[in-house]
Amino acid sequence: MAARNIETDHGLTARMFVTGLLLVMLYGIIMTGLFFLTNSIALVLVIGIAAIFAQYWFSASIALFSMQAHVVTPQDEPQLHAILDRLCVLADMPKPKVAVAETDVPNAFATGRSPKAAVVCATRGLMRRLPDEELEAVLAHELSHVAHRDVAIMTIASSVGMLAGLISRVSMWGMMFSGNDRNGENLALVELAAMVVSFLIYVISWLLTLALSRYRELSADRSGAILIGKPSVLASALQRITGDISKIPSRDLRRVESMNAFFFTPAASGTSLAGLLSTHPSLEKRLAQLAELERELGRA
Amino acid sequence: MGVFDALRGRTRQVQPNLDSIFALPTAAITLETACSLVPTGHGGICFKAGSGPADAEANGEIDALLAEDIDPTTIRRTSDELGFTWIVVDDPDLSSLVTRLHGANSTLAEHGLGPHLLCAVIGLADAPGASGSAPCYLVYLFKQGTFYPFAPREGQRRDNELELRLRAQLDGDLPMEPDLTRWLALWGLPVS
Repeated sequence: MAARNIETDHGLTARMFVTGLLLVMLYGIIMTGLFFLTNSIALVLVIGIAAIFAQYWFSASIALFSMQAHVVTPQDEPQLHAILDRLCVLADMPKPKVAVAETDVPNAFATGRSPKAAVVCATRGLMRRLPDEELEAVLAHELSHVAHRDVAIMTIASSVGMLAGLISRVSMWGMMFSGNDRNGENLALVELAAMVVSFLIYVISWLLTLALSRYRELSADRSGAILIGKPSVLASALQRITGDISKIPSRDLRRVESMNAFFFTPAASGTSLAGLLSTHPSLEKRLAQLAELERELGRA
Repeated sequence: MGVFDALRGRTRQVQPNLDSIFALPTAAITLETACSLVPTGHGGICFKAGSGPADAEANGEIDALLAEDIDPTTIRRTSDELGFTWIVVDDPDLSSLVTRLHGANSTLAEHGLGPHLLCAVIGLADAPGASGSAPCYLVYLFKQGTFYPFAPREGQRRDNELELRLRAQLDGDLPMEPDLTRWLALWGLPVS
């Protein structure tokens, strides 16, 4: 039943894989460049760690900026605030800032370095499509991310892999330059080996980070569902935002008429890597877990 | 649009498909029995008239054309805030409403406005005794030749469940638009 709703976008999977690889390579290139510029391993490490830390510290601002979301007051969005007020009292946690992204894609996210500095953001499309009860379920899921400190954990997880790759690379430079054997041929071989090893470490750690992210999503589903006490409501919200309903636009026909020439056809090719390369578990998995939870709650 | 047109940066104007709209009276039976919805007797055509002096002239012509309708008192021209022109027809009999809408379409198409035709809309109301579904519309896309339901609710929301239910019920009677991303809204349309 659920499988019908999900269409695997192979093109997207391929693009994600390439983007991930490019990101990894970019980090590698920047670090290598820095090393040759400064000639100091310690400085490269400091800059790398500082960059990761900045990403973590300013996570909320970065996420809000990239989603073009703005923080809203209780006067702007009384309903959204009322739902979050209730949930925060239920969960006994400080109320995060509330933001809204003006996009028609139904989605929500939580960000911020700590529960106190957290921001929960819902898109306009989500608020338009979900009834209040289901909106509450989605916000409970996002609050669980905040309570679980998922931003901190995912930053640490991804930076550990990054640092592991960096350190392996740096240590090999150390070997290269401290060694007496400065034979050109050997140097090239060692350099090549260093690149391959650090690249492999990057890729493996990146895949592990994605696996961790999927696990955290399932945990947030679970805690969110337990918080509102109705796993089936979260399940129906998930189906609604991933299924047919998410495709029905709320834009006006007359406003897009002039854009009619630019209909996109999604690229379709490649193999199914989606399961491995996704930050979120499949809808089937999430629904199965929620159904299981519903049974458990029924027994209790 | 062919590669050659793309290279030259031209788009060919798409001519509308006017005839599928005659499938509506058959679909109305399904609508009443399966969804408890009946036509309100109001329908409209939405199109974008050109700009400039030709626009005023076209409007005058349209008014003249409307005056030739079977019953000129129940047909009128209005424009909306997005700059589109609507021809709104009131007729309690669906077959005759569809015929008159089609008549207006054909005349517009004959006057070269075919490529500017956007959509036709039929208003639906709850059948006597039923409640909860209205306001609801069936939108007909001229260029695709397909229908889709539109159930606007307060605050620019849509009743998506109802819309998907209507698609499921009407699929056999009407060519329904398969691409859900084309089910675009028509907020504040002047048809009831």
